[in-house]
Amino acid sequence: MTEQPIHELTEAYRRTATTPTAVTESYLARIAELDGRIGGYLTITREQALRAAAESDARYRAGKPLGPLDGAPLVYKDVLCTRGVQTTCASRILEGFVPPYDATVVARLTAAGAVMLGKGNMDEFAMGSSTEYSAFRPTRNPWDLARVPGGSSGGPAAAVAAGLAVGGLGTDTGGSIRQPAAFCGIVGLKPTYGRVSRYGLVAFGSSLDQIGPFARDVTDAALLLGAIAGLDPCDSTSLEAPVPDYVATLSRGVKGLRLGIPDEYFIEGMDPEVERAVRAAVDVLRGLGATLEKVSLPTTRHALATYYVIAPAEASSNLARYDGVKYGLRAAGAKDLIEMSSRTRAAGFGAEVKRRIMLGTYVLSAGYYEAYYGRAQKVRTLVRRDFDTAFGRVELIVAPTTPNVAFKHGEKEDPLSMYLNDVFAVPANIAGLPAISVPCGFSAQGLPIGLQFIGKALDEPGVLRAAYAYEQATPWHARRPSLPS
Amino acid sequence: MMEIVIGLEVHAQLLTRSKMFCGCATTFGAPPNSQTCPVCQGMPGSLPVLNRRAVEFGIKTALAFDCRVNTACRFARKHYYYPDMPKNFQISQYEEPLAEDGSLDIEVEGASRTIRIQRLHLEEDVGKLLHEGTLETAQASLVDFNRSGVPLMETVSRPDLRSPEEAAAYLRAFRAVLVYLGVCDGNMEEGSLRCDANVSLRPRGSTELGTKVEIKNLNSFKNVKLALEFEVRRQAEALETGERVAQETRLWDAERGYTRSMRSKEFAHDYRYFPEPDLIPLAIDRAWVDEIRAGLPELPRARRRRFVTEYGLPPYDADVLTQARALAEYHEQATAALRRAAPSLTLGQAAKSTSNWIMSELLRVLPADDEAAVREAKITPSRLAGLLKLVEDGTISGRIAKDVFQKMFASGEDAQTIVAREGLTQVSDESALAAVVDQVIARNPRALEDFRKGKTAAAKAFFGDVMKATQGKANPAIVQRLLEEKLSKI
Repeated sequence: MTEQPIHELTEAYRRTATTPTAVTESYLARIAELDGRIGGYLTITREQALRAAAESDARYRAGKPLGPLDGAPLVYKDVLCTRGVQTTCASRILEGFVPPYDATVVARLTAAGAVMLGKGNMDEFAMGSSTEYSAFRPTRNPWDLARVPGGSSGGPAAAVAAGLAVGGLGTDTGGSIRQPAAFCGIVGLKPTYGRVSRYGLVAFGSSLDQIGPFARDVTDAALLLGAIAGLDPCDSTSLEAPVPDYVATLSRGVKGLRLGIPDEYFIEGMDPEVERAVRAAVDVLRGLGATLEKVSLPTTRHALATYYVIAPAEASSNLARYDGVKYGLRAAGAKDLIEMSSRTRAAGFGAEVKRRIMLGTYVLSAGYYEAYYGRAQKVRTLVRRDFDTAFGRVELIVAPTTPNVAFKHGEKEDPLSMYLNDVFAVPANIAGLPAISVPCGFSAQGLPIGLQFIGKALDEPGVLRAAYAYEQATPWHARRPSLPS
Repeated sequence: MMEIVIGLEVHAQLLTRSKMFCGCATTFGAPPNSQTCPVCQGMPGSLPVLNRRAVEFGIKTALAFDCRVNTACRFARKHYYYPDMPKNFQISQYEEPLAEDGSLDIEVEGASRTIRIQRLHLEEDVGKLLHEGTLETAQASLVDFNRSGVPLMETVSRPDLRSPEEAAAYLRAFRAVLVYLGVCDGNMEEGSLRCDANVSLRPRGSTELGTKVEIKNLNSFKNVKLALEFEVRRQAEALETGERVAQETRLWDAERGYTRSMRSKEFAHDYRYFPEPDLIPLAIDRAWVDEIRAGLPELPRARRRRFVTEYGLPPYDADVLTQARALAEYHEQATAALRRAAPSLTLGQAAKSTSNWIMSELLRVLPADDEAAVREAKITPSRLAGLLKLVEDGTISGRIAKDVFQKMFASGEDAQTIVAREGLTQVSDESALAAVVDQVIARNPRALEDFRKGKTAAAKAFFGDVMKATQGKANPAIVQRLLEEKLSKI
């Protein structure tokens, strides 16, 4: 039961082959059995899940399910506010924070009948690429427990890969959905900036953050996106464009589709196994009738540096509110308000978060603003322009999601080598474009490799369609990690 | 000789029903934290949504000050730590404000001057910190976020003001415009209007600016003047003794009557402004601006001019009456009502009569700038007209009318009712009055003797006695005439 994707599961509900409660119970049992080793969850909302599942049962019994997600047990990254359920961002500073409201995406999935199993582990405040920076516990990669699941949305990615949820939501500021999806052998989609409301997403890099789905296959990703996308009056940056039926156009194939391969995404030092798998995937796409041509995205090499100015700058501002005054941690023993805030922040934030707050504070400070933040915004324009030029010739860009497969816990000790993991993921965030990662093979050691499609703004139908065509032609998405029970 | 250079920054709370970036109510004085939501509490995950009405009010004000309304403007985050500010940054405007380059005319001692306005921008207000005990001894502090997110409009003048009197006049004129526009209630006590001043001195004739000191907490017209007078003196003394004036922020202590240093520029905040990523740049449609312009009400200056030309009021009267919107409207309504009641009066007579009564009686009991009190006064404009009509047609004397005014002010009854109930109608019956005059003269032979000896003042004593004997109800003109007749025969 915990093997099936959402679209098969809800089909089974309809046929009364099983019920949301039975499936939810199976997932909860599996979580109880395995999550001690995986560490995908920070909070398990058992009672709430069973209640939601029972309501879903009743709807199916009445022949009136809410849609193709009714009764789907999901995991939400703990950066999404959930009313009445602790939301920590895997940070000590937010321990005990129980939001009085649901994030728009959570509300929309609840309205679609989805069942929340719990809140997924992550790097603290979504800053990291390995989920080792969770203040509570690390998440392990279900394919090899000695390795990281990627990050920052490592918890939900590992949970979906390990069969501890049928799907879920992550957030992607600089690869935080796609990189863990690649490391865990599942599908992860970062939508166009503004396609999905950020209301209730605890902000990290506001101009980069997007919420997106994790799924077993591309169809599920399309279903989940369809439910969360669309204008939200609570988010001024959400886009008005109508939400298409993402599932309807999946099977159009790639015949005649022009795909661009950017030279800049095949760099020296990348894992040869990754390069081989991606080039083989390109051949598969060619075999399916796509035309492939080289494109150049020369500013790509500056994208990562740009990211590490913009994201920390926005983070230093967004995280200023955690001062011990209103919610979460408050350090004891302070003599005055300023000392209370300083002590709370010193005790409540982890090293990586502090590093980025300092970086961000620096680049925004008087005298440095133009040299860093101002310049980064200019480079951002150039990165966008690169993509615009490329999309004048091709419909989609195809590239590796990451330069390497999942690494071992503790392997990346210096921040820079950790940051380099996201070198292929970050440009889509900088330019605000939709991008998906789908499994495209395994290393000799049996570790998943991800293939990335990047599309024009709002061309989620395009990236989903190409990913679907590739998925249907290959066996990778059907492979599951063998977890000793 | 030193020249005083002053610029004012005025923060005005806008009279929108909801807050700047969320739907919470803006009512003053509600129970702490009852008007809050995740957005104005700065909760994780919350996002701001711009209040269009606040922008409209900003544009309205900008147009009233002849500012250029920018076609595109942007919000920015201004960072500093303070527990009353839930996000520890304030959404404000920095490099791209709503409007720039306007002016406001002020009048001091009959001379008119134009004060340039540099910029006008929108921002959100912060919450309020309540300390248990004094700030120094407090063991705990509480935060009320009701005010957090209330729309504020900051307007910065150029350093064109040359005296504390001019600064106070600027603030008065500024406030009047805002109240006329209906964008701010102008209540300085409740903090709806707050003022900071930048002040420096320089040798007369110099074009360079001296070291400026910012003074905060100027919460009334009086305090603006007093604080600036103090600060000018303080700086002048420093400069005379060869001291350096430090660039700093000083707080006006109204109780003790001095300014004290808050923080020096060396410890100045680095606000780390950057464009607010959660709000898209605001494009301002020309058609919208034109629509707002077309709907602008008559502003204080124009109304003042009209009071002089249309009603023929002396400039002083026009000044006093138009300083506040409610007062000006009161006068116009009372004048119109009086003309209806007493058609024989010319417009100018009616206007002057109501003006006299407003200035001498109404403003004796009500502050001119208390809009609500003027609007809600129990003696309404039409009731005042009713009273003046009774004076006009001789039903009551002016002296009696003053008493009736007080009663009307307290009870809200109309003049007729009070006059009828208390029997205050003026006595104009000549034979009755002649009898009283005879009695009064007969009762006081000594005064009569004095009069005979040429002391004309004695006639005044007789007049007073007649009025006393009739409880003030005697028609003074008739009494005067009768007295003259009787005495001339003696």
